[in-house]
Amino acid sequence: MEGHSEPRYFLIWFILLALTVGEVGYAFLDLPKFWLAVGLIIMAIWKALLVALYYMHLRYEPRRLWVLAASPLPLAVIMVLAVITEYGFLR
Amino acid sequence: MNHAATAPVDRSYMPGMKVDNLKLGMWVFLLSEVMFFTALIGSYIILRYAHPDHWTEPGVILNVPLTALNTFFLICSSVTMVKAFAAIQQGNQKGLKLWLLATILIGTLFVGIQVYEYNILGSEGFVPAVENYHAVGRGHHEAGAPSLGGPLYGATFYSMTGFHGAHVSLGVLALWFVFIKAMRGGYTKEDNRGVEIVGLYWHFVDLVWIILFTIVYLI
Repeated sequence: MEGHSEPRYFLIWFILLALTVGEVGYAFLDLPKFWLAVGLIIMAIWKALLVALYYMHLRYEPRRLWVLAASPLPLAVIMVLAVITEYGFLR
Repeated sequence: MNHAATAPVDRSYMPGMKVDNLKLGMWVFLLSEVMFFTALIGSYIILRYAHPDHWTEPGVILNVPLTALNTFFLICSSVTMVKAFAAIQQGNQKGLKLWLLATILIGTLFVGIQVYEYNILGSEGFVPAVENYHAVGRGHHEAGAPSLGGPLYGATFYSMTGFHGAHVSLGVLALWFVFIKAMRGGYTKEDNRGVEIVGLYWHFVDLVWIILFTIVYLI
């Protein structure tokens, strides 16, 4: 990750802080549960991406590391989908 | 004599990866951690939708303001960690030590607040043991109050946040090792991989908490 100017770490910190405050405020709005969950998950993914891209410096790493870093995500989806098939059994 | 300053830096790369081997090793470890936390989160989602009666609305049992504050602390520790790495990249030894110490203190504060939270929740009957579960909600300690939710709520909550807390605790321990090495001048502008690698772990722990806080406390 050498050879790039230092990211604006405190700006990222401020955005993360603002998103956290936004999340807590949004969680207690009088909205349908589905839209609450969608909004909260979008904000959580946004925050997670900011941490990965700027604090873990993924943005400045070779593309091959991007591919490596993203590799467990499809597996994670498959694992959750596989467990969902147990839904009827659990009830 | 400072060996770190004079010994040649081994920057061997795995063929085709263009990434330092040590850093690549940490990334591969973190990817295995993604699957570990996916198993926990996946189990939580399925159990919650199979037994919605075991859960309550956000903030009824769990203390959201306190945990939001703790989330803020963990985010602060991520910025201090990345500033420690930025400092040593510029050869700033004093900055490295100060930012590392700040990260250790904030990380310890996070774990301390989590222990305090567990104590309060336990006193309110929110416990992982099925036979002893009798959560009465925030601020209610009186005997005989009706239980809220069910034992799956407590069991999944303590599994997820407990494993995360263990990761933070191990991270603080690893940071102490890095800090002690930094005090001995073990990192230089040329070789600071130890700081970078423990930093990757620390940011990952922060990233996982961002997801857990949303799923466990807010949804």
